[in-house]
Amino acid sequence: MTDIHLRDRDLALLQGDAGEGTRLAMSILARMADVAGARELLDITAAHIDSSLYQGPATLEFAERLAEGGARVRVPTTLNVSGVDEHGWREWDVSESWAEPARRQMEAYEAMGCEPTWTCAPYQTQPRPGVGEQVAWGESSAIVFANSVLGARTERYPDLLDICCAVTGRAPAAGLHLTGNRAGQVLVDLSGVPRRLAEEPALYPVLGHWTGLRVEGRIPVLDGLRARPGEDDLKALGAAMASSGAVGLFHWVSLTPEAPDLDAAFQGRGPATRLRPGPAALRAARDELGSGLSDADGLDLVVLGSPHFSLSEFAGLARLVEGRRRHPGVRVLITTGRAVRALAREAGYLDAIERFGGELTVDTCILTTPMLPESIRRLMTNSAKYAWYTPGLLDRAVAFGSLADCVDSAVAGRVTRDDGAWTAEP
Amino acid sequence: MDRRTVSDRRAASGSGPLAGRALVPGAAEGAVLYSSEPLSFWGGYDAETGEIIDRRHPLVGRIGAGRILAIPATRGSSTTTAVLLEAIRRGTAPAAFLTRGPDTFLALAAIVAAQLYARSPPVVALSSADFEKVEEIHRARVDSAGAIIPI
Repeated sequence: MTDIHLRDRDLALLQGDAGEGTRLAMSILARMADVAGARELLDITAAHIDSSLYQGPATLEFAERLAEGGARVRVPTTLNVSGVDEHGWREWDVSESWAEPARRQMEAYEAMGCEPTWTCAPYQTQPRPGVGEQVAWGESSAIVFANSVLGARTERYPDLLDICCAVTGRAPAAGLHLTGNRAGQVLVDLSGVPRRLAEEPALYPVLGHWTGLRVEGRIPVLDGLRARPGEDDLKALGAAMASSGAVGLFHWVSLTPEAPDLDAAFQGRGPATRLRPGPAALRAARDELGSGLSDADGLDLVVLGSPHFSLSEFAGLARLVEGRRRHPGVRVLITTGRAVRALAREAGYLDAIERFGGELTVDTCILTTPMLPESIRRLMTNSAKYAWYTPGLLDRAVAFGSLADCVDSAVAGRVTRDDGAWTAEP
Repeated sequence: MDRRTVSDRRAASGSGPLAGRALVPGAAEGAVLYSSEPLSFWGGYDAETGEIIDRRHPLVGRIGAGRILAIPATRGSSTTTAVLLEAIRRGTAPAAFLTRGPDTFLALAAIVAAQLYARSPPVVALSSADFEKVEEIHRARVDSAGAIIPI
């Protein structure tokens, strides 16, 4: 740590003046600043914590070491999903031996002063950081949203480090915090996407999946689509890119605050690489998101909401399911945050969804709590993130389709997909 | 298809030590498991068994525990660090990591493990050219200065 300049108050935390928990956090942070090549730390104004996910005794031990050592957050801090739906876990197959330590881990983060938001999409209901604001966010899908849609500045903070930033109020001055590291690197030219596909909401998770695989850790600049994505589209796009690639920032020209035009997106440097996906490549990417399930195969579960379902997505789903009923053999699960569930209830959207036979889980998701019974083997989703992680994390088959495909399939009891948009000519 | 089985047949003779940057210094020795494909530990590595479980990854089904794992980088998920910390606690983690350029996620898990469990796998960043040479190495020793010595 020879090259890092620490301020007196950083050194005081490092010496244990604010207690053992904060000392541990500052020692990890200073060490990581060195690894990241930072010369100094900078002040942050907010944090979002992914470390709340229970992954076994080690993550609980880490949380309790900090909390019992007196660590308390120094900036407003929201919490990502947890390892268990705190009040609803008994409705599913979660065992007591998982729920108990997962709950203890939730309590440790609450004891540190974090807001019990328990969502991977805090921007849906919580105060949003402004353009240029320095924050420390965890959760890959939230990070890419904060940088690309809100214009805030966060590095890709992994579990265990986000909380160290929150309890010290500091972050390494490196990576995506710094203007020079935010220039676009790869141009993704979308002028070859047919109009009908451009108007299909399922384009965004598929495009994100395709792009993430190709850019890996570089910064893509997307331009030229004959449609304007909304926030739910950008949420799905970023989450997919951050699953198949290590993308923490994309520029959507004219939507990303620091990318009003192409030249600004590349900070005047121009692209090092150009990509131009056409309909055939995107259709192949859509099919690649599935694993072990084909059209017309039977289904056990339709699952929606990764990242967590938004209020506008609930509105859209309520319209699609109105007056319909799911097939008795297919459960329909929507994962969302507590706050959005309350808003959706108030708006009346949940009435139609419950009549359809839909169920809700909050605080967590199917990837982060062992809630699915063994009898559920075949899943369908409109989320690229769910589709990407289901084979490895859940060892189950999965099909990918649009929201409308998912609803139609839930009614039919088998995988049903409308290929119209994917076979359209330019 | 695992690249290792192909490159195993090629002799590692002629390749001298590689000089890396030790993000987390330490000594280790073991068989090298190499892939040019990034890996997320969340959904990609089973902390209970040390098996690589990402079905889209070339190393799926291989055991990473005790090996020198050479991957260019980790993929997207923020939870990679938590899975690796749990694997280190259980003794199912790789013996060392070699990456193409610095990977902060692997370094973080190793740094936290050193604090919690007083043990951590070395994490060494290599240049692109040197990282590619690792494909030819069957077994290696990592020293605390970040040198990779084929054996």
